[in-house]
Amino acid sequence: MQFIQPLWPAFPELFLLLAVCVVLIADLFVSDENRIVTYGLTQASLIGCVFLILAWSRPEPVYTFSGMFVGDLMSGVLKLFICLTIMLVLAYARPYAAARGLFRGEFFALVLFATLGMMVMVSANHLLVLYLGLELMMLSTYAMVALQRDSAVATEAAMKYFVLGALASGMLLYGMSMIYGATGTLEITELAQIIGEGAVGPRNAVLIFGLVFIVAGIGFELGVVPFHMWVPDVYHGAPSAVTLFVSTAPKLAGFALLVRLLAQALGADVLVIEWQQMLTVMAVLSLVIGNVTAIVQTNLKRMLAYSTISHMGFVLLGALAGDANGFSAAMFYMVVYVLTNLGAFGMLLLLSRSGFEADRLDDFKGLNQRSPWYAFIMLLIMFSMTGIPPTVGFYAKLAVLQSVLSVGFIGVAVVAVLFSVVGAFYYLRLVKLMYFDAPQDTAPITPDGDVKVLMSLNGAAVLLFGIVPQPLMALCLYSIQASL
Amino acid sequence: MQGTSFLSLAIWVPIVAGFAVLTTGSDRHATVARVVALVGALLGFVVTLPLYAGFDPRLSGFQFVQLKPWIEAFNVHYHLGIDGISLLLILLNSFTTVLVVIAGWQVIQERVAQYMAAFLFLSGFMNGVFSALDGLLFYVFFEATLIPMFVIIGIWGGPNRVYAAVKFFLYTFLGSVLALIALIYLYNVSGGSFALADWYALPLPLDAQILIFIAFFAAFAVKVPMWPVHTWLPDAHVEAPTGGSVVLAAIMLKLGGYGFLRLSLPIVPDGSQYMAGFVIALSLIAVVYIGLVALVQSDMKKLIAYSSISHMGFVTLGIFIFNAQGIEGAVIQMISHGFVSGALFLCVGVLYDRLHSRQISDYGGVVNRMPVFAALFMLFAMANSGLPGTSGFVGEFLVVLGSVKANFWYAFAAATTLVFGAAYTLWMYKRVIFGAVANTHVAHLQDINLREFLVLGLLAIVVLWMGLYPAPFAEVLHVAVDDLIAHVMQGKLSAP
Repeated sequence: MQFIQPLWPAFPELFLLLAVCVVLIADLFVSDENRIVTYGLTQASLIGCVFLILAWSRPEPVYTFSGMFVGDLMSGVLKLFICLTIMLVLAYARPYAAARGLFRGEFFALVLFATLGMMVMVSANHLLVLYLGLELMMLSTYAMVALQRDSAVATEAAMKYFVLGALASGMLLYGMSMIYGATGTLEITELAQIIGEGAVGPRNAVLIFGLVFIVAGIGFELGVVPFHMWVPDVYHGAPSAVTLFVSTAPKLAGFALLVRLLAQALGADVLVIEWQQMLTVMAVLSLVIGNVTAIVQTNLKRMLAYSTISHMGFVLLGALAGDANGFSAAMFYMVVYVLTNLGAFGMLLLLSRSGFEADRLDDFKGLNQRSPWYAFIMLLIMFSMTGIPPTVGFYAKLAVLQSVLSVGFIGVAVVAVLFSVVGAFYYLRLVKLMYFDAPQDTAPITPDGDVKVLMSLNGAAVLLFGIVPQPLMALCLYSIQASL
Repeated sequence: MQGTSFLSLAIWVPIVAGFAVLTTGSDRHATVARVVALVGALLGFVVTLPLYAGFDPRLSGFQFVQLKPWIEAFNVHYHLGIDGISLLLILLNSFTTVLVVIAGWQVIQERVAQYMAAFLFLSGFMNGVFSALDGLLFYVFFEATLIPMFVIIGIWGGPNRVYAAVKFFLYTFLGSVLALIALIYLYNVSGGSFALADWYALPLPLDAQILIFIAFFAAFAVKVPMWPVHTWLPDAHVEAPTGGSVVLAAIMLKLGGYGFLRLSLPIVPDGSQYMAGFVIALSLIAVVYIGLVALVQSDMKKLIAYSSISHMGFVTLGIFIFNAQGIEGAVIQMISHGFVSGALFLCVGVLYDRLHSRQISDYGGVVNRMPVFAALFMLFAMANSGLPGTSGFVGEFLVVLGSVKANFWYAFAAATTLVFGAAYTLWMYKRVIFGAVANTHVAHLQDINLREFLVLGLLAIVVLWMGLYPAPFAEVLHVAVDDLIAHVMQGKLSAP
């Protein structure tokens, strides 16, 4: 091992850390009416991050900080998507937050800290670094959920999130300690090597015990059944702007957690069989419970929460193939999920205005008469979530099903498609409300210029990546192949 | 001629026109939307004419082939090509789109641009299904048709439109997701190829063939629709606007029959033969039982919907008796049914626009007020009952001829449709058109205007042409059907 390792794989993180401090200090000198300055600084630091990521991504993995931190292609791609997602989240959230007194310095600092946590997670090559990144992200998120101090629902959601999250972190940490006990190392590449050589195998009870706890921790982070209880409450209770955040970028980081732990650290063939069974059960249960429960929801945020649970089930289906093909399918699915969810929650924010939350399904009634363009975008998003071509959601499901079938899990694939038919029902219901019903709310929809453009681009992306899915699919495949 | 990309034009001209129509915006510019839509539909039809002109019926295999990589990560290609079967269906589709645009000219007053655009999108997608030679491309177009049809039924449909739209969508979606699994399975076992040609050549063990057949069957049987998964069709037809019913009956149902011919039979020939008895049984039930059900309907649209199911039973019967007459008859029956059922739905639409009722009992003596309409309606009713000299006769006759070769009793059961079909169609016709003027509403009816006459007249010409001189339609089919039969009979079993 080299004595002096290059620092550049961590440049984006270091830059972001510096930028958060600048934003925090600068915000002290900004009055409430000029808060847009803080917003601008936040977006500027994210743009800076994007440039650093683009400039310092290499196809070969480069290790730094004594092998605790890695810069590989997957981390580069995921970080890029995380930064872009956060930028979009902030842009969608700006008018909503401004109207509700959430447009404060803390909001931006917390978002940036959470972003930093995600980026650290994505690049971790050491279980403790992974854990540190996760905690930084989670703690910032708890605070964001509770940001609306006078809202009882939000406080309750934050409390629930915090208690369950702390439990899950504890489980993850406990699992990591077991694995350390079994193998004597916490570094992911070394772990893979030790288990791969067969020194510690599936007959080692401590290792398997640790694996179970780790899978539980991942399950919580992604929000899959039976660790899904927090998802509907947090999505529903948090201010919509924060829900938009919680439901998107952290899932990308959660995917990195999945890859780093299951594919890399515990990815030896003998162990894959062990976690494959657990993932299968979790994935199938998520598909069943997520899709069936979503049908009876009347609140759009809760409905999307259950739909998220079912989508995470699909991501796990991709992962359970256990090979590069499966993980790239899962990554593609996750990116597509984030893209469509950004649009769905973004639309919810767009229809909300001062003193009015458009979070009931009925608030979407007759949207086609109020604004055909936004109704069309939402239609595309809903059909993408259903998985109907020519929207991008279809290819995400295709990729996952292909990977599941390639390892011979035909029954699981059949269950998955049958429950996506169940899922189709509630997505169609939203289309029905928008297109077939008369509007209840007739207030004009007047989004700001930037939101208008970004939302249109968001909708166009759902369609365009559906017509030309190759670049995004190839990017996911290539980055996973280069990193595994 | 073969080098130019007329197939791509047939797909994309309507779709681009659809977007153009959407940009005309709100109903204040409804006339602009209508004109743009008509120009788009006409252009879409014109670009398919070179396909017929340049098609060489003596060549086997696919013509006008286009092959470009599309999704390299999954080895999917933008692979188009047609044989005689797809050629006829593409022509039918593009022709019907023109009629539908004209038929909706005055009737649709709300959200005109969206209505016209939905039909143009639908037309492009269906041409895509008929010309796709790549399994995934086929599926993408096949599924994409659901979106515009869902919207058409749901926005412009009758009182129970939401129920019908959702039922239509979920039924067909459920069928097709199983086919998707079969497609991915084939992709995996063929070593990573979605090309239909590779799948045609791929040997498969019998049990895999049967499972794949069942998966495809789930998708196509719902689409056809076959008894007992037909129940979405009467609901969808009754609630859909006239244009929606026409496209649904004339073309969307053909996606199912076409799927059997393009995917099921050649990819899993042994599985198809193994399951043929089952499919034939269902087809005969559809022909006989649904024919009887049609007899008792009091709603004209429902009656024609059940008549469609019964006629589609003929199509699946023809396909699964595996001889040249049967399959040729099935394809001709599909084309003929496209014209005839489309025309019948338009006729009902003409009456509905005037009286806003589809109940047979609300009419009577229409001939006294609308003689021109009654004459045209007569022709289509005769064609629907399979009168010689109309297009309906050719297909039915060929299928019955084919089934006599297979089994006398198949032919016997199938031939009952000539009785039932005549009974329900003509009885409805009699009650609606003849007799004394039933009520004051009928007494104030106006005969069809020039626009309606143009639409029905064009269809009447085609129906008579196909009945009196079917050779131009039949000759493009021979080679394609013979190749298909040879392939199916040869089989391609591999050791399990």
